[in-house]
Amino acid sequence: MSIAITNPEYVIEVDKLYKNFEQVEAVNNMSFKVRRGITTALLGGNGAGKTTTIAMLLGLLLPSSGRITILGEDMLKNRYRLLHRMNFSSPYVDLPQRLTIRQNLTVYGHLYRLNNLAKRIESLAAELNLTELLDRRYGKLSAGQKTRVSLAKSLLNDPELLLLDEPTASLDPDTADSIRSHLERYQQRTGATILLASHNMAEVERMCADVIMLKKGQVVDVGSPDELIARFGRNTMEEVFIDIARSRSAEAQDA
Amino acid sequence: MMIDTKLTPDINFSPRRIYANVLRHLYLMRTSWPRVLEMVYWPTVQMILWGFITLSLKDNSSYVAQAAGILISAVLLWDVLFRGQLGIALVFMEEMWSRNLGHLFVSPLRPYELVASLILMSLLRTLIGVGGAVLAAIPLFHYNLFDMGLPLISFFFNLIIFGWAIGLTVSGMVLRFGLGAESVAWVTVFALQPLCAIYYPVSVLPTWLQPIAWCLPASHVFEGMRELMFQQTFNSHHFYMASGLNVIFLAGGIAAFLAFFRVARQRGLLLQVGE
Repeated sequence: MSIAITNPEYVIEVDKLYKNFEQVEAVNNMSFKVRRGITTALLGGNGAGKTTTIAMLLGLLLPSSGRITILGEDMLKNRYRLLHRMNFSSPYVDLPQRLTIRQNLTVYGHLYRLNNLAKRIESLAAELNLTELLDRRYGKLSAGQKTRVSLAKSLLNDPELLLLDEPTASLDPDTADSIRSHLERYQQRTGATILLASHNMAEVERMCADVIMLKKGQVVDVGSPDELIARFGRNTMEEVFIDIARSRSAEAQDA
Repeated sequence: MMIDTKLTPDINFSPRRIYANVLRHLYLMRTSWPRVLEMVYWPTVQMILWGFITLSLKDNSSYVAQAAGILISAVLLWDVLFRGQLGIALVFMEEMWSRNLGHLFVSPLRPYELVASLILMSLLRTLIGVGGAVLAAIPLFHYNLFDMGLPLISFFFNLIIFGWAIGLTVSGMVLRFGLGAESVAWVTVFALQPLCAIYYPVSVLPTWLQPIAWCLPASHVFEGMRELMFQQTFNSHHFYMASGLNVIFLAGGIAAFLAFFRVARQRGLLLQVGE
């Protein structure tokens, strides 16, 4: 299936996105672009609007106004055609507890109407070190194992765009590292675009070419981790994050 | 090793996606025998209760004596409606209990495909649950519901479709108002029970309630059932009325579910499932 791309350089184009829940403005006139084939971080403190933005990018939440273009198509009009080409993983959204990993992946493989499903599951399980666990119930797994299963689900359809909400939250450093390595290999192999929300600044520095900083539902800064660190006169993204969260601007740092 | 998983072009209605969601619940049933037992347990208990009531009444009541299986038939057919409704609502709430809706609706699954899978699962659960009770009635009370013949098919489908309409509306409400509203799934159908004329004719109801009762497909089914059992005639008027009303109720049920689904997307409820 060939799809016309309006601007092939960008996989996500968000224009004047606005979402309110009665009196609360969760996302306020947000605009940003995500470049093709790289990993971009969506950063911000709690309540900055990261999850709300991701939910709107996925079509789980309808914006009050604004426009979302994904892979060259209007997300609101062509949601289902696009969902075929993207996927999502979050430690905060579960899979059915009583089903085994194999059963869960089989169900989702059918939802994406995949060919060679059994082999695909075996292959993903091998890549994510889940082979021994395939016939274990999802509800019996540790947090790290569940995260790997959620990631396996999100990679089933070889998505061109992968949205990840805190993909390594609550994982030990070893497991988190293997998840990041797997995502990097996947991106190198497929050229996929990844947008991730994270509170782990080391992860952002390692994986992300671009960073979109959010605060109170608005984009407050954009750039590569190196650019942001230099602009704020800091040594790490963690320090930049704290500066932005505490409303210290780059200009103030210069002064 | 690279696996060729080529995505087939997306289509608006996919039997395979419906199958996927049915498969998810078949897996669940397979791993949870209490769920299967529960399906058969209540219809069988109800049937046994009304079977004994029939035995006690048949020598003292001309109503029951005219058609000994009237009460057992009524309770079994009522369970078709009740289980049909519950089959939709319970299967949908399983997704909410497992906090799976977020993943489900970022897949290409359409809401109407979910509705189709809920209907299929409800049909299966009702056949298992009520079917078990129907079969148990044969040795226990020497009553075979299948003796009704072909009209049984029309009674069955008119009742289960009405149950689906209620179940879809209730599921939409639970999605909209959260699992705190799940008791709606259990009580709604019982609010309609007195109006459905299950064990007595519509004429027993107060005059002002009768027009409301005639607006329910179930009332026509149970009146038709009594006519079949007492007079051995199949009243096509009741059949057409029940079928016509069901078209309206089912369309309303699907529309209500889809409307509640849209509200859930506006309010961000698909990611925040809970009380």
